[in-house]
Amino acid sequence: MAGEVVELEIPAQAEFVALARLVVSTMAFADGTLSPERIDDLKLAVSEACTNAIEAHSARRTAERVLVRCSAGLGGVEVCIEDRGGGFDPAALPDHPPVTDPARLEFERGLGIPLIRALVDEVDFTSSTQGTAVRLVVRYEADS
Amino acid sequence: MDLDLDVSERGELSVLTVRGEVDVSTAPRFRERLIELVNEGRCNVVADLSDVDFLDSTGLGVLVGGLKRLRSHNGDLTLVCPQSRILKVFEITGLTQVFSIHDSVDAAVAAS
Repeated sequence: MAGEVVELEIPAQAEFVALARLVVSTMAFADGTLSPERIDDLKLAVSEACTNAIEAHSARRTAERVLVRCSAGLGGVEVCIEDRGGGFDPAALPDHPPVTDPARLEFERGLGIPLIRALVDEVDFTSSTQGTAVRLVVRYEADS
Repeated sequence: MDLDLDVSERGELSVLTVRGEVDVSTAPRFRERLIELVNEGRCNVVADLSDVDFLDSTGLGVLVGGLKRLRSHNGDLTLVCPQSRILKVFEITGLTQVFSIHDSVDAAVAAS
């Protein structure tokens, strides 16, 4: 299924994050190249990116939809998540205290982007005040 | 997508069995159930994640918040997580060093 593309526009509501995961994992399974473990990694990264997108729309009080675009067969599976939130600086995210520091328990949020970075082979954030695009890639080569 | 939450008693411990997917949609119910346990005075909790199909950082946040809340009431939160794909999320984030994580409820009860 070289070059296969699926696009999905989801309402910026929490209930629809599961739909984005389902569509991406179905496409990755149908592509047939990634292992189930790598598809799980991609699902989790997509869930994190869609959660951030929905929260960005909520903060901006916009009813616009979040775009999820998944393509497979060009050396890997690539997913782009685009929102129309207020944007952010991925380089300016605060670090959490070390896990051995009792103050670590004060931080219930902020794990999504570190998880994304750890789970996929490539990640790009393109962000402005007009919104954010997150591009995630799990490569076939990394599957072997 | 659904999330089932059941509580049973094992001596002084409350075992909260979590089944289904924990994400931004279902995490609020999970958080509320943990708060209810604290309000009921049940502050030593084992969260059994054996039948969790999916857990993202929102779920981790609920567990971190739950641990903090339970400890502030002289209790604790112990996890049961035999599935490698769920455990991986704790490993990546370093939270394996924060939580006591076991392969079975029996092992968690014995350690608590």
